[in-house]
Amino acid sequence: MIKAVNIKKSFGEKTVLHDISAEFQTGKCNLIIGASGSGKTVLQKLLVGLFTPDSGSIFYDDKEMTSMDEEERKTLRQQIGMLFQGSALFDSMTVEQNIIFPLDMFSKMTRDQKLKRVNEVLDRVNLKDVNKKFPGEISGGMKKRVGIARAIVLNPKYLFCDEPNSGLDPQTSLLIDKLISDITKEFNMTTIINTHDMNSVMEIGDSILYMHQGFKEWEGNNKEIIFSKNQRLNDFIFASEFLQDAKEMRMIEAGRKE
Amino acid sequence: MDFFTHFGKYILTLKGMFTRPENARMYWKELMQQCVDIGVGSLPIVIIISVFLGAVTTVQSAYQLVSPLVPLTAIAQVVRDSVMLELSPTVTCLVLAGVSGSKIASELGNMRISEQIDAFEIMGINTKAYLIAPKILSAIIVIPFLVIISMLLAIWGGRTAGMLSGIIPTETFDRGLREGFSGFNLAFSLIKSYTFAFIIASIASYYGYNVKGGALEIGKSSTSAVVVSCILILFADYVLAAILL
Repeated sequence: MIKAVNIKKSFGEKTVLHDISAEFQTGKCNLIIGASGSGKTVLQKLLVGLFTPDSGSIFYDDKEMTSMDEEERKTLRQQIGMLFQGSALFDSMTVEQNIIFPLDMFSKMTRDQKLKRVNEVLDRVNLKDVNKKFPGEISGGMKKRVGIARAIVLNPKYLFCDEPNSGLDPQTSLLIDKLISDITKEFNMTTIINTHDMNSVMEIGDSILYMHQGFKEWEGNNKEIIFSKNQRLNDFIFASEFLQDAKEMRMIEAGRKE
Repeated sequence: MDFFTHFGKYILTLKGMFTRPENARMYWKELMQQCVDIGVGSLPIVIIISVFLGAVTTVQSAYQLVSPLVPLTAIAQVVRDSVMLELSPTVTCLVLAGVSGSKIASELGNMRISEQIDAFEIMGINTKAYLIAPKILSAIIVIPFLVIISMLLAIWGGRTAGMLSGIIPTETFDRGLREGFSGFNLAFSLIKSYTFAFIIASIASYYGYNVKGGALEIGKSSTSAVVVSCILILFADYVLAAILL
C-alpha cells in the first residue's frame, strides 16, 4: 500500500498540489484522473520520488519515503516499476537490451537466466520476435508493452503508469488496460495509473482519485462514479452526449435509474 | 546573477557523480562505450584538420622566414613548436567541443526530454554517476591520445607539404625537428589536453542533463554547450600559458 498524507507542492509562486491525502491499495488498479494541469502527473512524480514535496509524507507499506536516505531510496526504487507516457525506452538499445538492463544492473542472474526472464516477460505482454528490434522499429502499442515488460522484469511491488493509453487506438488501449489490470492482480502489486481515458476509468478503476486544480475533489471506484453527484466530476467524466447516454445505460443496467 | 546560478548548478551536477556505483561492471561497459564514441567517432575529423594544420603552418612559416640568415631547419622548429604548444591541443579541442560536445549535450538532452533519465532514476540508478561520469572520464582518457595523434599527423602534414611544394627537403625538416626539442612542451600540451577534455565533457553534460522543454531547447542547449566550451577552452589556454610558460 502507498499512502500520501497532506502533500503540498509548489513551483515558484504557483501551488500545484494543495494538501492531498490518499491511499493506494495493494492488488488494485488505483487511478488518478483529472483535466490537464490538475496536478496528477506531479502527484505521481512525488509518489515515485522524482520530486520532493514541500510538506507532507509519503508512506510505502508504513515506511516513510520522504525521510529515507539515498541508499534506502535506491533500494525502494528497485521495487518500483514505471511505464512512462512516451514509454521512455532507451533508443540506443534493442528491446531485449532495454528489458535486460535492470537485470544486468541489479541481479546476480547468469546470462541464460536473464534471457529466459526477458522472454518470460515478453511472453507475458504478448510480444514475440521483437527481441532484436530497436524502439524506433516497433509501433506505439508495442513500445508500451515493452515498457510494461521492462517495468515488471524485476518483479516490482509497485507499478506506476503515466497515461498508458495516450496515442493508442481504442482496441490497443483496451489491451493495455487489461494487461495492466491482469498483471496487478497476478503479482498483487500496488498499481497507480494516471489517465484521461474514460474506458480505463470504467473498466479497471478499482479505486479512483479525481483531482481538480491541485485539490482532491472526489474518491471512489468505477461502480460509484456513475452515481456521483459531484458536478465537476460529472462534467469531466461525462463530457459528451455520447458518454452521458452511456452513463444512463449503465445506470439502467445497474437497475438504479431514478 | 545568471552566471552564478549556472555555476552553482554545474558544481552540484559534478558533485552528484561521486557515489558508489550500483554495478561496477555496467559502469565499466558504459565507460568503454563512451571511449569508442568520443575517440573513434572523432578520429576522422581530427586526422583531416591535423594534416592540413601542419601543411599550412609549413607553407606560411616559409613565406615569413625569407631571410637567407635564417636556416631552413627553423621552419621545422616553428611547425613543431606551434603544433605542440598551440595548434594540436587547442584547435583539436575546439573542434572536439563542436563534434563531441554537441553530441553529448544533444544525447543527454534527448534522454531528458523523452524521460529516459527519469526511467533510469526510477530504477534506482544515480544518473549523474551513470550517464555523466563515464563521459567525462572517457574524454579525459581519449582526448589526450587524439591530441598526440593530431601532433604526429600535423608534423607529418607539414613535412609532406614542405617536400611537395619544394620549400624544405625532408632530411632538413627532420633535422630541424630534432634541434632544440624540449620535453616540457609535450608535457604542457598534455596538461592542456586534460584540462580541455574536462571542460568539453563536463560543460556539454551539464547543458544536456539540465535541458527543460522540448526539441527546440535541445538544439539551444547543444549550441550553448559548444559556445561556452569554446570560450572556456580559450580562457583556460591563456591561464595555463600564463602560469606554466
